[in-house]
Amino acid sequence: MNKNRGAIATVCMGVLALIWLFPLLWAVLNSFRDYAYTQAHGYASFGGWTLQNYVDVWQNAELGKYFVNSVIITVPAVVLTLFLSSLAAFVLARFSYRFNLALLGIFLAANLLPPQALLVPVFRMYREVPLPMAMSDTGHLLGSYWGLIGINVAFQIGFCTFVLSNYMKTLPIEIYESAEVDGASVWRQYWQLTMPLVRPALAALATLQTTWIYNEFFWATVLLGGQGDKFPITSALNNLRGQFFTDYNLLSAGSVLIALPVLLVFFVLQKHFVAGLTLGSTKG
Amino acid sequence: MSVPELPVPEAAPRGGRRPSRRLPWRDRVVVLVMVALPAVFVIALVWVPAVLSVILSFGAWNGIGDVSTIQWIGTQNYRDIVEIYPPFWPAIRHNLIWLAFLFLGPTLLGMFLAVVLDRNMRFSRFYQTAFYLPVVLSLALTGFIWQLMYSRDQGLINQVFGTDTDWYGDPSVNLWAALVATAWRHTGYIMLIYLAGLKGVDSSLREAAAVDGASEAKTFFQVIFPVMRPINMIVVVIVVIESIRAFDLVWVINRGTNGLELIGALVAQNVVGEASRYGFGSALAVIMMVISSVFITLYLRVVFRQERER
Repeated sequence: MNKNRGAIATVCMGVLALIWLFPLLWAVLNSFRDYAYTQAHGYASFGGWTLQNYVDVWQNAELGKYFVNSVIITVPAVVLTLFLSSLAAFVLARFSYRFNLALLGIFLAANLLPPQALLVPVFRMYREVPLPMAMSDTGHLLGSYWGLIGINVAFQIGFCTFVLSNYMKTLPIEIYESAEVDGASVWRQYWQLTMPLVRPALAALATLQTTWIYNEFFWATVLLGGQGDKFPITSALNNLRGQFFTDYNLLSAGSVLIALPVLLVFFVLQKHFVAGLTLGSTKG
Repeated sequence: MSVPELPVPEAAPRGGRRPSRRLPWRDRVVVLVMVALPAVFVIALVWVPAVLSVILSFGAWNGIGDVSTIQWIGTQNYRDIVEIYPPFWPAIRHNLIWLAFLFLGPTLLGMFLAVVLDRNMRFSRFYQTAFYLPVVLSLALTGFIWQLMYSRDQGLINQVFGTDTDWYGDPSVNLWAALVATAWRHTGYIMLIYLAGLKGVDSSLREAAAVDGASEAKTFFQVIFPVMRPINMIVVVIVVIESIRAFDLVWVINRGTNGLELIGALVAQNVVGEASRYGFGSALAVIMMVISSVFITLYLRVVFRQERER
């Protein structure tokens, strides 16, 4: 009886899992098919295999350029987020000041606010802040990478600070006591003692944040609005549609290419990704 | 692949903290800077704009002139939104449908999947991977991938069922089409959170229930579910916040118009592009903020209770 039920559950889960994988597999499948062939035979056919879609997408839509943009935005944003959050997290975990709870509240609530709610002031403020042409060819923060990186960092600090400070609190207090006996300054306790010990949490958060910021769509779309050339790949896809992705096989190829980096992260760094997600939520 | 290998911080002996003794002045400056740097980012880019949104919502401004060109019109924006702005009530309705659907569909399904997959069944890892694979994709990309299903001429659904529906375009169905695409991504996320939570369920509790002859359903509701209570709270907040924020998917489909009006998209429509009605957009933003703040407060209360218990 019980064994039977186990078998049924396995089969049901299997079917459901295949349903879940299907949309992505469908995109991958059709990205390798010739448009003329699928037009003639319908998509529910077999054949017309080609790599041409990928060649076309890469060359015509200049995806390479947008990938570089994504890197320019994502890497500094992740590094800065982790650095700033680890600073705050260290203080929160190491000392009990009266402002600790308030600080955590301010950071965490900021992380949860709907970004659209801040759109008008951020948009307008960014237009007021001048930047030298060397830093931004628009002459101000709006339409520059600096502004986009800044807002991404500000939004993610809350979550990372929370996760990191919880993690740091599990470190044994004795190591700090002996460090103090040795006369280690606060900075040394942070940089040389704490940071190496929280590497697993940093790795998990780095994986998660890289995925999130790479996937970020709202701020990139509105803040780089007039600057289509500067879009990171996630926002660029929307612009390229209609212009270069004239058929669905091309769109599939584009989608697969854009998904590739995060899928790579998913398969190679899965453990970190999952750990990062659950670190924040279960102890949240 | 396995769910968290990291030692999740437990309410174990609290490390690190101690009553703050007076530090040497140099260290005190360092501590101050360590807190101030991230705080400046968060305050300048999140809290200052949040306050400014509230202020601007009482004015009429096209954003072109400087601040002195703002006309202060009191609560006129709010009255216009509620009384004469056509997409507002549809948007509210859609956001509510979005919320109800996320709860009744993917959230319950995700919880169910977690409970089933937690019990070391065969291929459990493969199944888990399949369900949370979409979690790493952006919602914008999710929209494109589903377009291959939904398109009127080239989509799979119409070809298989011989229908002729424009699933993303027809205002009577496009909200549901978008919701299915969202669910595809949301389910795995919820499953992950519960899987992590279920790891914390003491297996002896489960065994004791089995020895007592409790049915599976009973075991779940009386043993496992109560243990997951704090997670339920977090999940509720995540789902509500996600439903209020929802934006990316409808924006890539049709910029949140024609059956896909959502409050987040309305804000963007009023600010980006030709319209630039800054005061009006801000008032919409404030409405979003007020609704979310209720749930943010709820979330912070859970967090702070846990903090104090440590």
